[in-house]
Amino acid sequence: MSLDPAYLTYPKRRKGMDQNLYTPSPMPSRKPVTWPGGKPVAVTLLVNLEWFPITPEDKPFRAPGHMVTPYPDYRHYTAREYGTRVGFYRLLDAFEKAGVKATVAANSAIAERYPSIIQDILAAGHEIIAHSTDMNGTIASSLTEEEERALITTARDTLSAAMGKAPRGWQSIARSQSWNTPKLLVEEGFDYMCDWVNDDLPYIAATEAGTIVSVPFNHELSDRQMIAVQQQSMDSVAQQMEDALAWLKAEAAQYGAGRVLPFTLTPYITGLPYRMDAFEALLARLAGDDATWFATTGELVDSWKSQIC
Amino acid sequence: MDEGAKDPGLYDFRPYRDRPRLEWPDGKSVAVWVSPNLEFYEIDPPANPFRKSWTKPHPDIVPYGHRDYANRIGHWRMAEVMEKHGFKGSVSLSVALCQHHPDVVANANELGWEFFSHGIYNTRYSYGMDEAQERAIIEDSINTVRDATGQTIKGWLAPALTHTPRTLDLIAEYGMTYTCDLYHDDQPAPVHVKTGKLISMPYSIEVNDHYGFFVYNMSPREYADTLIRQYERLAAEGERSGGTVMCIPLHSYLIGQPHRIGPFEEVLRHIAADDRAWITRSGDIADHFLSSGQYETTAADCARYKQGDAA
Repeated sequence: MSLDPAYLTYPKRRKGMDQNLYTPSPMPSRKPVTWPGGKPVAVTLLVNLEWFPITPEDKPFRAPGHMVTPYPDYRHYTAREYGTRVGFYRLLDAFEKAGVKATVAANSAIAERYPSIIQDILAAGHEIIAHSTDMNGTIASSLTEEEERALITTARDTLSAAMGKAPRGWQSIARSQSWNTPKLLVEEGFDYMCDWVNDDLPYIAATEAGTIVSVPFNHELSDRQMIAVQQQSMDSVAQQMEDALAWLKAEAAQYGAGRVLPFTLTPYITGLPYRMDAFEALLARLAGDDATWFATTGELVDSWKSQIC
Repeated sequence: MDEGAKDPGLYDFRPYRDRPRLEWPDGKSVAVWVSPNLEFYEIDPPANPFRKSWTKPHPDIVPYGHRDYANRIGHWRMAEVMEKHGFKGSVSLSVALCQHHPDVVANANELGWEFFSHGIYNTRYSYGMDEAQERAIIEDSINTVRDATGQTIKGWLAPALTHTPRTLDLIAEYGMTYTCDLYHDDQPAPVHVKTGKLISMPYSIEVNDHYGFFVYNMSPREYADTLIRQYERLAAEGERSGGTVMCIPLHSYLIGQPHRIGPFEEVLRHIAADDRAWITRSGDIADHFLSSGQYETTAADCARYKQGDAA
């Protein structure tokens, strides 16, 4: 038994990354940034607002949260709809009560099916970014470039029609990209993508079509990871978010450099009655802290870019 | 090992009772070593016939990006906290990190951390290698670490914990003195190899941050509490019956996250304030064990439990 000799050759063993999308950037080497009002920590809330067809297609893969039982899966279809009808409105009310702005990554099916939701989001001053078509619109390298481009442009155009302007940002379902995604997003006019989890701060990604800002939304700081996957309580989530804020505040003070605390929310996870009080209490403490600046993704990118680029 | 045998014959049986007292320097009870895994995972590695690297078609950017977080953010945060509390790392190194991120390796070296090999990349597995191929990755490891840091590696943790039946014999033949791949004890012990002297260095799967967060799904504070309980128990047993070893294996893309590093710092503060701890590095534990005659003492103690011909 032996392995193909190619297994012991390393053509990309070189200084830097093994791909060309971005270059290494160790935190200590970076130019410090500051946030508006001199706030040390930007808090970025991202809500995934999604529509799950009861007919999953699994091309190229089944999205997290999608149907589980044999057809027809009333249980999961309706529980996801609960998030959109009820849970999401609890979140909107919680944001208003705390006086904070969020970013909503919406499937374009939401705009087609429930256009009033789009108006409610915009009227409250939140940002909408594109999040594919519906939860069958997953992306991986097994899609052709044309198929993927069609997902991106359909999502963009459908949302644009409902919003009256084009969404500036994109997040893929499950943050899953193909080799082509960053280039297609540049070509289709997006300013930033929210899929990569390799950093605390935005950075520039380069494609053959031009550059795009990569805005990390740490998947570990999400209700999906902490509650749905790791089975933790909202009380524990709140503790972890506050521990994170305390650490980032100390780091910002030590280095004189702004930090970002992201949190990704799912209406059918956080928006349940028994989790909402703990979530609202957390939001009130975060919003009441002098150190925080709640920023939409666009506001974060604009502030960061004006200092770095 | 005895390839194909039901008992691989890695070591002798020796119960955790009535052992000759293992002595650590200055009468300390528990040797504590922190093991940051400094790794590089490739975005598009070739396929190994026995194990897949990524779940999704390449690029699987979430797990790849998660691990890249270590070299951009996590390492720097973790290293600063370790240094603040006087903990030198014993690095489980994907040696290709010396090429990809020489600044991370240089930072660890300047802090006085020790390096041992964790293979070339954590996306290249040993399964299926012939002897010449396995020798090639061992020699690559020795030479790459020596060129980058001036250090000669003394230990091995198989890349992504992928072993072959000959790995332990080979690393001993190349002069290494410890393996971190065996989890049968809380004290070092001789490992059977064809040549040289190799010991099993207690590493840990159970309190590895990866297990803590992704197998046991602990919150950061639960994980910190777990480490403190592990420490307290091993320190108490070490006082009573002879030196124990506690390893804290880390991945900075996990422990270096903002919601985890604060609770973890409390663990280091706790251990550093307790005078029962010998805060050290894996190679120093191995050197002490070998130079103080405890290898021979331990080997002789095993003889008490050897079965006769009837076995």
